[in-house]
This record gives sequence, C-alpha cells and structure tokens, in this order.
Amino acid sequence: MLNSVKPNARRWLYAAAGLAFAATAALSPAKAEDTIKVGILHSLSGTMAISETTLKDVMLMLIDEQNKKGGLLGKKLEAVVVDPASNWPLFAEKARELISKDKVSVVFGCWTSVSRKSVLPVFKELNSILFYPVQFEGEEGERNVFYTGAAPNQQAIPAVDYLMSKDGGSVKRWVLEGTDYVYPRTTNKILEAYLKSKGVKDEDIMINYTPFGFSDWQTEVTKIKAFGSAGKKTAVVSTVNGDANVPFYKELGNQGIKATDIPVMAFSVGEEELAGLDTKPLVGHLAAWNYFESIKTPANATFIKEWHAFTKNPKRTTNDPMEAHYIGFNMWVKAVEKAKSTDPDKVIAALPGIKQANLTGGVSEMLPNHYITKPVFIGEIRADGQFDVVWKTKGLVKGDAWSPYLPGSKDLIADWVKLKCGNYNTVTKKCGSGS
Amino acid sequence: MRSFCGRITALVFALGLLVAGAGVALAGPYEDALVGFTEGSLSDTGDAINKVAASGNPLAAQLLQAAEDARLMFSAAQKKVFIKTKDDKLLDAATGKEFTGTPPDDIDTVIVNNRLRGIIDAVIGSLTLMSPNTNQRFDAAQAVFKSREVSALPALDKALAAEKDPRVKKAMNEARAAIVLTDKESSDADKIAAIAVIRDRGDQDALGLIDGMAAGQPADVHEAAQAASAKIQGNLAIWNAVQNAWYGLSLGSVLLLAAIGLAITFGVMGVINMAHGEMVMLGAYVTFVVQEFIRTRNPALFDYSLAIALPLAFIVSGAVGIFIERTVIRFLYGRPLETLLATWGISLVLQQAVRAAFGPTNKEVGNPSWMSGAFDLGGILITYNRMWIIVFTGLVFVALLAMLRFTRLGLEMRAVTQNRAMAAAMGIRTARIDALTFGLGSGIAGIAGVALSQIDNVSPNLGQGYIIDSFMVVVFGGVGNLWGTLVGALTLGIANKFLEPFAGAVLGKIAILVFIILFIQKRPRGMFALKGRAIEA
Repeated sequence: MLNSVKPNARRWLYAAAGLAFAATAALSPAKAEDTIKVGILHSLSGTMAISETTLKDVMLMLIDEQNKKGGLLGKKLEAVVVDPASNWPLFAEKARELISKDKVSVVFGCWTSVSRKSVLPVFKELNSILFYPVQFEGEEGERNVFYTGAAPNQQAIPAVDYLMSKDGGSVKRWVLEGTDYVYPRTTNKILEAYLKSKGVKDEDIMINYTPFGFSDWQTEVTKIKAFGSAGKKTAVVSTVNGDANVPFYKELGNQGIKATDIPVMAFSVGEEELAGLDTKPLVGHLAAWNYFESIKTPANATFIKEWHAFTKNPKRTTNDPMEAHYIGFNMWVKAVEKAKSTDPDKVIAALPGIKQANLTGGVSEMLPNHYITKPVFIGEIRADGQFDVVWKTKGLVKGDAWSPYLPGSKDLIADWVKLKCGNYNTVTKKCGSGS
Repeated sequence: MRSFCGRITALVFALGLLVAGAGVALAGPYEDALVGFTEGSLSDTGDAINKVAASGNPLAAQLLQAAEDARLMFSAAQKKVFIKTKDDKLLDAATGKEFTGTPPDDIDTVIVNNRLRGIIDAVIGSLTLMSPNTNQRFDAAQAVFKSREVSALPALDKALAAEKDPRVKKAMNEARAAIVLTDKESSDADKIAAIAVIRDRGDQDALGLIDGMAAGQPADVHEAAQAASAKIQGNLAIWNAVQNAWYGLSLGSVLLLAAIGLAITFGVMGVINMAHGEMVMLGAYVTFVVQEFIRTRNPALFDYSLAIALPLAFIVSGAVGIFIERTVIRFLYGRPLETLLATWGISLVLQQAVRAAFGPTNKEVGNPSWMSGAFDLGGILITYNRMWIIVFTGLVFVALLAMLRFTRLGLEMRAVTQNRAMAAAMGIRTARIDALTFGLGSGIAGIAGVALSQIDNVSPNLGQGYIIDSFMVVVFGGVGNLWGTLVGALTLGIANKFLEPFAGAVLGKIAILVFIILFIQKRPRGMFALKGRAIEA
C-alpha cells in the first residue's frame, strides 16, 4: 500500500500547481537488485479510477500472498505502481517508464481498449509482457499481450444465445444500446451479424449509441419502451459503459420497465457498479460474465475472505476483472517457474498451455492465441446487488481472437505456438493480411 | 403487513377456486409439488410453480409471492421448503405453521428467473382479480392484460360483473379485450368490440396489440383494426410532442440548476471557475453523508434527508468556495488564463481529495419515497424525480432573483459588478462582496448537487459531466444575466430533446454544439447581452 500512497500525495501537489501532466518524472522507487518487479498500470485518478483502483488493490494482494509463499525463483516480488490518470497517451508514457526505467518483468494493466491500443507499440518495441484483464471487443492477437478478459464469443454471443432460448424468454426483438466508443461499436457489429445469421430481421434490431457519462436517459428509455411494445418479446443488450449505467437503470426503474417485460442484458455491469445503486427496481435484469461473487466454490470463498482481510473492509465486492487478474497472475508465476527465468521471450514461450484453476470450479488454460478458456455465466440481479446464476455454459469456452461473424476477420486466426502469427489468414495462408 | 396481504391472497385464491368449481383443496398434489423446489434447477422450479398453482392449496398464493420476492427457502439435504415472512420468520411451506426448530445448515433461497417470474405474475394476477383491495385488483387486471392468458377469461368475466370501481373496471375491460384479440376462437363481433376498447386505451401497448394481431382476419375486423391503429398513431404523435417538450423542460431545468451558480461566479464576477463542477459534486457527497448518518441513526427520517442536506450542502460548498476565493482566486482577478489554470488545478485537487476520502466507486444515494416512481398524465409518463427537480429549480431561480433584487447583499453585488471603483468609493467593501458572491455561487452549485444526486452517479467525476454544459448555457444565454441563463438552459434542453429522437443522442449533442458555435459567431455576447460601459471593465 505504501508504495502507492507516496506518488499519490506527490501528484496532488503537482495538481495543485495545475501541472498534472508534468508529473511523469515524479516516481522513483528504490532500486533493489534481488527482487522481481511487477508493474501495475491502472488509473488511480480520473474517470476510470472508479473501476481500475480495485484492480491495483487486487494485484497488491496477489503479490503480497506470493511473497508470503516464498516469492518466485527465490526472490521477492516487488510491485511498482504507476498512475496513468485515465489519460490514454499517458498510459504509453507510463508503460515505457515501467519497462525501461523500472525494469519490470511483467505489467498487469489497462481497462479501456483505447488505453490498451495506446500501450501496444511500447510493449512491442521494448519486448515486454502485458496481462489485460477486461472483457473487450477482441479483433486483436498480439505476441506481447495476454488477454485474460472475455472475448466476444466468451460473453456477448452466449448471452444472446441465452436470451433466444426458452429460459431466457425466447426474445425476438433486440435493442443494442451502447456508449459511443470502440468496444460497443465492434461488439454490436458482431452481435448484429450474429443475430442476422440466426434469422432476425432488420426491423427487429434497433441500435442506439449515447455519449460517455450520459445522464438524461428519458428519451432513450421511452424509445426502448416504444420499440418493445410491438407485441414481440424484446430485450436490451447493453454495452453502456460504467458511469452512464446508474442513471440508465434509475430511469428504467422510474418508468416502470420491469425485467419481466423488457430484460436488460449488460456486459459492463458487475457487482462493483451495482454497489452504487438501489437495486430493488432492477431485480431480474441480467449480466453476462465469467465470474460472479455469488458463485459458491471453496476457491472463491477463500479469495473473498482474503480480499476482505486485505482491504480491511468486509463489504468490498469482488468482480470479473479481478478474477481475470487472479488467473493471469498465477499463470505468469507458473510460466516463470517453468521457464526458470523472467526473460520475456522465455516466459512468452512458456505461457501457452499453462493451466490454472479459476475461482468458479473450472481450470482455465492459456491458449496459443494468448486468450484463455473461460466458463460463461448469466446472472440475474438480486435485491442485495449480487447476482443469481441462472445459466452457464457446459464446460469452458475458448476465446476467439478474431470473430468469425465479421467479414474482415472471419478468415483470421492467431497462433503464437505453431504459426508464430497474430493475424494468420487461413485462406491466403499468409501472416499479416486483413484488418 | 405484507404477510397479511399474502394471507388475504391465499383466501381469495381458495374462494376463487371454490367458485370456479375446481374442487376442494387437497393436501397431496401440493406437497408433492414442493419437492420440485429442492432440486435447485430452474426447470424443476418451473414445474413446481405450475403444480402449486394448480393444486388449489390455500398456501399457494403466499408461497408463490414468496418465490417471486426471493423469500422462498429450501434445504436440499432435508427436502424441505420454507417461506420466510417479511419480518424474517420461517414458516414450514407444507403446513404454513411457524418453523420452530433450528434451520438446516444448507438452507438457501430458491432461485427464480424472469421467465418464472412472468409465470408467477400471471398466476397471481388471475388469482387476485377478486381481491377486496382496489389497487391489488387493478394490478391483477394489468397482469392479465400483459399475460393475455385465455384461461383467465372466466375468472375475469366474474370479476367484471362484480366490479364497481370505474378505474379497475376499465382495466379489466381492457384485459378482457386483449384476451379476445389474442384468442383465435373469438367471434368477429367480439373482436370489433374489443378493438374499440383497445383503441380508447390509446397507448403504445394498445398499438402493439392491434398491430400484432394475426394476419388473415375477416375484412370488417381488418378494417376496424386499421382505423384503430391510425387513430392511436395520430393520438400518440401528439403525445410524443408533449412528451418531448416535457423531457426538454426537464433537461433544461437540470442544465439551469447546474449553470445557475456559474451564472453568478462567471456571469456576474467574470471568474472562469473550472472547479464549479466540483462544488456540485461536493453537494452530492453531502447528501450521501447525510443519508448515511440517517440510515445508521434514525431511518424514519429518510424521507426528509434531502431537506436536511440542502442547507448543509449550501454551507459546505459555499465555505469551500469562499476559501478558494480568499486563498487563490482573489490574487488572479483580471487574469482569466491564470484563473482558468488555477481553478482547473483546484478541481483536480478536490476530485482526488474526495476520491481519497470516500473511495473511487459510486456512492449510493437513495431516492426518498416521494421521488421514486411515476404517474400517467394523459398519454405521457411523468417521473416524480424529474418533476420535483423542475419545481426545485424554479424555486431556486426565484429565490436567487429575489435575493439579488431585494436584499442589501444583492444590491451591493450588483453595484460591484456594474462599477467596481464607484462601488468602492461609495463605501462598499468590494473584497468582502467578492468573497460572498463567490460563496453564493458555489453554495448554489452545492444545492444543485443535492438535486443531481437523485438522477446521476455520485462519484468524484460527477462535476466534470456538467462543467462544459454549464459554460455553454451561461455563454449562450448571455454573460451576467440570470434571465438569459434561464432562457438559454430551457432552449438548449428542449432543442436537444426534440433532436434526440431523430438524430440520436450523440448526433443531437453535436448538432447543439454546432448551433451554439454558429450562434456565438453572430452574437458573441449571447442571447441577452448586458449593455453599458461596465462590461469592458
């Protein structure tokens, strides 16, 4: 914890002087030769702090526990925390600082896709490793990145399948509601293509986008209500991003739209987001994730207990990206032990095939395309802000780097073991073609 | 209270069945059905619900209500089912008596999903049509309207014959018409009569019902449906316009509320205060703290939490404002660029301070009961929280106007704005007035935060979402003029809401921005420009 407090305090001083951007040189952790350094690149201030601060904390907890178990390769692990302040260019700068100045062996970080895209060139140039823990739009297969969050086929597609099933209400009409940026737009493109392949007609799909932080949902909710009263069962698939969700759900509740009328299936609403909401009007609305805090397994119970002890707060919730970091961190530890080195090339080669028990009772595996296998759960919101799991996939789903439903990427695959390529075209048999 | 209602429901259920001639309740099928709840699978639970509904046991309605509210518990090991009452007592579901032993270790809630909840709603709906409680009968009629379950028709006819309350009677008639229209067996004359009933309902659901009628209807039914559909659409178009105007008014009032404090600090004093949004945010956090305090100390006061928070928010934000003015801004008067940078820095400091104190996550600020829900007014739905915010904004605006016009402080503020040197020469302590004016603007931002906590996230970023909009409103309306701010906010709100249905939220916002840019080119001082030599100072 100490590690993170000091830079923060300093940051305030800079901010007070109105020089927030110039604070890059502020951090100079003590040099210690006999430790393995682990970089944590999550925003601790700015818009994304709401989501990313928790991930910083869980990383500190995981590192702390690994050290209690005796560290790694006989050395202690040392966390290096930086704050990219929800500022996308700053992410790249901070990543460079972590790798070349602090000489970290691995970085766990990023939340938004735009921050990941911003650090990619740095990781490629300096040849380091990034673990990315958040569900995202896919369509990427980088050698230096390991994607422990869900690809669209590990979240969006199964969620839609559930809604089309009898248990999900046999939905016939679809509202794809999203915040206007790359993740919702790509996901909705994939979903639209998928729905059409299932015989859904154009007039039964409505796609809406709203700006970041949108708060006046009256018109949008009225539109959804009108669209949903055409006599066919309607559902909303929501890729609305964090902050805009609270007013969205409040408006749904106020206008009396119940989950039994028009259910909302969300991809970015988890336990953490619901913590700021009165969830009683939302009972029955849905979310699709690879992990829920309410899932009862011994591993999850231990994890939650440790989390409460570490944060000294028995009410702190756990969520899906935290589990992704848990899996990712343990996979990295195992790969380092297997390679007997923290050299990036050796660890990257060792990672595919590493297996790690997840918190929901299965065993996730790192795949050659740098995605992992995950179970998919559909949860309904309970009155206490937790989720009841109402459906899950049989077994684990393999993450697709490239969606088979998009014309630009349907022939592409990523394979860093045999093909050594992140975008191999199976038709032209060439690496590096297409999108 | 609820368990009392539950009992009444159960009673009515039993009576209903007796009347319908389905037979006397038997113990057998009901108890057999209960086992289904202990399997922990949704399909078994679904079967059990149907069996319980059909069993005719007087406990059925109570049990189903409990299942819907997640108060139905089961123990897989002992194959037992329990009903948890609202006051946390455990009943044995098989007998309905209170369970006195120690609860089993593996006791857990029976999970129901949306599909099952829909089934339960329909069952309970058709069971409560004869309830002595008017509201319950109304809800039951609505549930039947939604489910359109043909099997509910006999019960509905019986209930209709006995119904006296006109509102419930209308709802039941509509429910009956909906069933008739969905039922393939009903006669053409019945259908035409039903179409007339649905046409008079005239809302989206009615339109959906008529447009969703199966194809291949006889010519006269088809014609009646066409005519009704056209009539409803015409009706809806008018109400849509009214609804857009209302939404615009609501958005405008939020904009006004956020901007009105800025209209004083920026408009009257000319300080570009980038930390204005953070004053709003502080007000929202004051609301949160007040509610937390009330929750732990005296939950009965919860409905008054906003009234308690208002003066506190004004004081906190106002005090912070005065502090900022005294320590930073007063050294920067007349240097807009430095003021902008310094206040922007302050906004970051305040955000991070709140983040450090309260954590980065959203805080839950509850709606008091009088701010939740909605009511129908003609063809539009009016949500209480939006309505009260409009009323509240109006009150704040009038109060502020009165203060500036009728109090000594207001007079001095206006004097300092119009001619600082002259005001000083007349013995007004301009420095003190500056601090108080800034405090007033900040304090009003604070009470705006109390209102906005009801419709937006309470997070450290709350203020950022409003700062651009606020500047837009003040500049568009005309700097230094409260009436301009009012007209500016309402114009932007209504224009935005009329654009949104056609252009979408993103394009609508862009269109508004483009419009403002063009407008400012033409009238750089906004809609209502102040005139006079003081402006140049």
